[in-house]
Amino acid sequence: MNQTKNQLKETVEITSRFRHTISKYIIRRNSRCISCGLCAELCPYGVHPRYDNYSKPLRPQSHKCIGFSCKENEFYCVDRCPEQALTLGLNPILETLGDYRWTSEMLIAHWEMAETGNLPVVDLEYDLGNSGGGFDKIRFKLPDAKDYLNVSDEEIDTSVDLNKRNDGRPERSISIPCYGGGMSYGSTALPVMVGRARAAKRLNTLTCTGEGGYPQELVPYADHVITQVATGLFGVREETILYTPMVEFKYAQGAKPGLGGHLLGDKVTPEVAAMRETVEGNALFSPFPFHSVYSVEDHKKHVDWVKEINPRVLVSVKVSTPTDVDMVAVGSYHAGAHVVHLDGSYGGTGAAPDIAKKNIAMPIEYAIPKVHKFLTEEGVRDEICLIASGGIRSAMDVAKAIALGADGAVIGTAELVALECVRCGNCESGRGCARGIASTDPELGYMITEEWSEQRIVNMYTAWRKQWCEILRQYGLRSFKELRGRSDLLVHLDYLEEKERAKYQPAPRKQLII
Amino acid sequence: MPEKYHIHLKTTPPRFQPFGKYSTVEFREDCAGSCKECVKKKCIYGIFEDDYVHVSSMEEPEYLYACQSCFRCVQECTKGIFSRVINPDYRTLGDDYWRSETIHRLWYQAHTGKIPVSGAGYRGPFVGEGFDSMWTDMSEIVRPTRDGIHGREYINTCIELSRRVTRLTFHEDMSLASEVFPILEVPIPVLFKQPSFGVLSENVLLAAARAAHLLGAMMFIQAENYSDSFLPYADSLIPCLTKASYQDFSDLVLRSRMVELAYEPEIEKEFAKLRSLRPDLIIGVSIPLNAKAASRTLRLAQTEVDTLRFYADDRGNELDAEKPRFLKEMIREIHLTLVENLIRQKINLVFSGGIAMAEHMAKAIICGADGVTVDTPLLIALECWLCNRCLEGKSCPVELEAIDPEWGSQRIMNLIGAWRNQLIEVMGAMGIREARRLRGEVGRSMLFEDLERECFGPIFGERKVSGLG
Repeated sequence: MNQTKNQLKETVEITSRFRHTISKYIIRRNSRCISCGLCAELCPYGVHPRYDNYSKPLRPQSHKCIGFSCKENEFYCVDRCPEQALTLGLNPILETLGDYRWTSEMLIAHWEMAETGNLPVVDLEYDLGNSGGGFDKIRFKLPDAKDYLNVSDEEIDTSVDLNKRNDGRPERSISIPCYGGGMSYGSTALPVMVGRARAAKRLNTLTCTGEGGYPQELVPYADHVITQVATGLFGVREETILYTPMVEFKYAQGAKPGLGGHLLGDKVTPEVAAMRETVEGNALFSPFPFHSVYSVEDHKKHVDWVKEINPRVLVSVKVSTPTDVDMVAVGSYHAGAHVVHLDGSYGGTGAAPDIAKKNIAMPIEYAIPKVHKFLTEEGVRDEICLIASGGIRSAMDVAKAIALGADGAVIGTAELVALECVRCGNCESGRGCARGIASTDPELGYMITEEWSEQRIVNMYTAWRKQWCEILRQYGLRSFKELRGRSDLLVHLDYLEEKERAKYQPAPRKQLII
Repeated sequence: MPEKYHIHLKTTPPRFQPFGKYSTVEFREDCAGSCKECVKKKCIYGIFEDDYVHVSSMEEPEYLYACQSCFRCVQECTKGIFSRVINPDYRTLGDDYWRSETIHRLWYQAHTGKIPVSGAGYRGPFVGEGFDSMWTDMSEIVRPTRDGIHGREYINTCIELSRRVTRLTFHEDMSLASEVFPILEVPIPVLFKQPSFGVLSENVLLAAARAAHLLGAMMFIQAENYSDSFLPYADSLIPCLTKASYQDFSDLVLRSRMVELAYEPEIEKEFAKLRSLRPDLIIGVSIPLNAKAASRTLRLAQTEVDTLRFYADDRGNELDAEKPRFLKEMIREIHLTLVENLIRQKINLVFSGGIAMAEHMAKAIICGADGVTVDTPLLIALECWLCNRCLEGKSCPVELEAIDPEWGSQRIMNLIGAWRNQLIEVMGAMGIREARRLRGEVGRSMLFEDLERECFGPIFGERKVSGLG
């Protein structure tokens, strides 16, 4: 059975929606080219496409080029071109792409994973950002070769159990240690929502409605869709509680802790307004906090209410990371939650004040060990599933979060990056996302198909899984459950003596203009 | 019921085209020429619309102020000739403290009066120097507002500049025996200060004074610059005087609610003389923010002073020090000195220098300040880009000397309105409804070194790297 559970999902190469994929390197072909076709014959990566019945040279597929390291190869097109018509260079546009947390290389690498389902062959740094702290300074210890576990990916268990309470409710397990973060109908395009749900079904994990109602298009995937109940209660109805395997109470969001949600009027189209039972064109605010919750007892009342409506539902509580996040987590456990979901301060959002994103609440790297330790000391750690999110960008970040003490992670931004988000940050304004991801505009909101979204997300997680399996094998582990809380396998560069630190890859530190 | 404090914001466009962050690069030799599919015509933000001449004549480079960085033009150009770089002029904005993005954000706020809002997560470094090594707290469960923090509920951002009676005494008949001092309250914890450099023409200072007046705030102004043109705003101006000069400016003392004296030993002896001119006068003292600031504060707090204003350098650093400490540490030291000596409640502390963003205001208050002053941001609101040409006696590229004070005051009001709204966001997240309650509430903040020690210490042991690493 495990073999089936751990079976890798089918990956299909699925290309960019745009004519030119942004790449790390640029191969240029000048007018000296005589279209001899040698480069197309030589390149094993498919940088130089050529059709049998079309002899003219086509524009090189630069994003497939492995760059200067190819010089060592017999097939290096630049040297072998008889007319010296090819030049190779770093793409200058990288300077204008990405930021300290999601660097240009990390973005390009995730586009490639989403396109191919494999880890990139181009030399892209996708494990580390440029933020100079947190995950970017934490490393897995250098592995001991004798610990290496020589087993296939199919034999490695990356699943997470969501219900550990033994309370008679379903013992739900997801096959990868991640599920999709809440993004509402209104903040993201419908094909994106449905594509995420389809991917969740194929990957045997979950995705989340966000706070914007439950479109009928999601119903076929209902067993993989979390219903979010947030402070505005938009679109929450009895049937949406009944559809779902898990209800998520969103107390706060890491990107804007302590502040309500905000959907600008431009994005409140007739369909969005109908779903949320509001007025078209009117900006919608989710208040902060729940107006019916003044205490942990009130919170328990909420949890009980949902459990009463749906006897099979699990309950997740999504909170941000204040100083007393450990107490909040224990309170949620005692109120009956199955999952405590911590959303760190550097997490994603459809719209938030910049001051909140940068300054309010603590980064998730601090919150995970703090909460894990406290839950352990309270003796309840093994009865609750601790899920982390907010600034978890890559497969490596997920693994580090689990080693710090989380059971799994919620992923939002990376899924959108798989759909070619460039993190321009204009999700909230005007017609919304120019790339058709976070938009309800009649034109922009349908730039993407459900099938395309589904496959890109499946591809990315499949690539991630390959990386996770390799990490686990290096430490002789067969499952993520064995990795949880193994902070002894981690080092932090700032806590190492200089000589020891030199053994690890230094934290990238580059001054950027953002 | 008193009227709710409200800042009137109004879109006030800049006079000059601001620097765009990006510029386009086009490899023209491959351009199809009159391509009907030209991506410039298809930009969903229409940023090339006003620039049709440029599209046809293709002069280069093209600097894009309004580019939203969606990359669609780069990715969809039929011939793939379109690329972009950071505008080289944008790079030259400001310096490593007053960074280009800070200036850009200040311009945006002065233009629109809006809080900078964006989608996607935080984009910056994990931690930074100064105030960037500190996070503010939030509460999962707080008393809810009726209709949001910007709704009808009153969130109070007032501070006082007048001293307080720390203990009330009563006569036997229970009538009040304590002397109650005059009260000077301002509705926002940010005061203006005449910048220490820049084109400080009368128009520039009038714009700031008018904005202070309309906001109900106060502005520190050098007495020498206080001409008759400023008389309509006298209630909002705090003339900066010295022990030697104040008698020459007795007319200013008479027309001002508050004056400030520069610190010098035994300055307190002048307070009574000043109040003999105007008994209800609020008196401030400006003190250099150096190693002696805390001890001077403690001594002055025992006197009849109302407010102490400390000035750091333009980057918020301690003065006269080999290894200067930042504002954050200095505020803590001074605030805690007064707390330990049980006299903090009596006087007010205001800090100047290096306050560049709304979050600095909130964090300075959390560290223990009552309020802050802004100086350089006033110039930036008026389109200054800190080119420093004026320091060399050269002309100002944005002609600050010629601004219309009314236009300038609206730009400044927009900026301060956006800052106040951001302060309310931060306070709302904590469930704090009163700026005065935020003062010194370090429990509602998280410091980098504390989080590292508490969360990472048990896992990784002792930090081997000093500072931020």
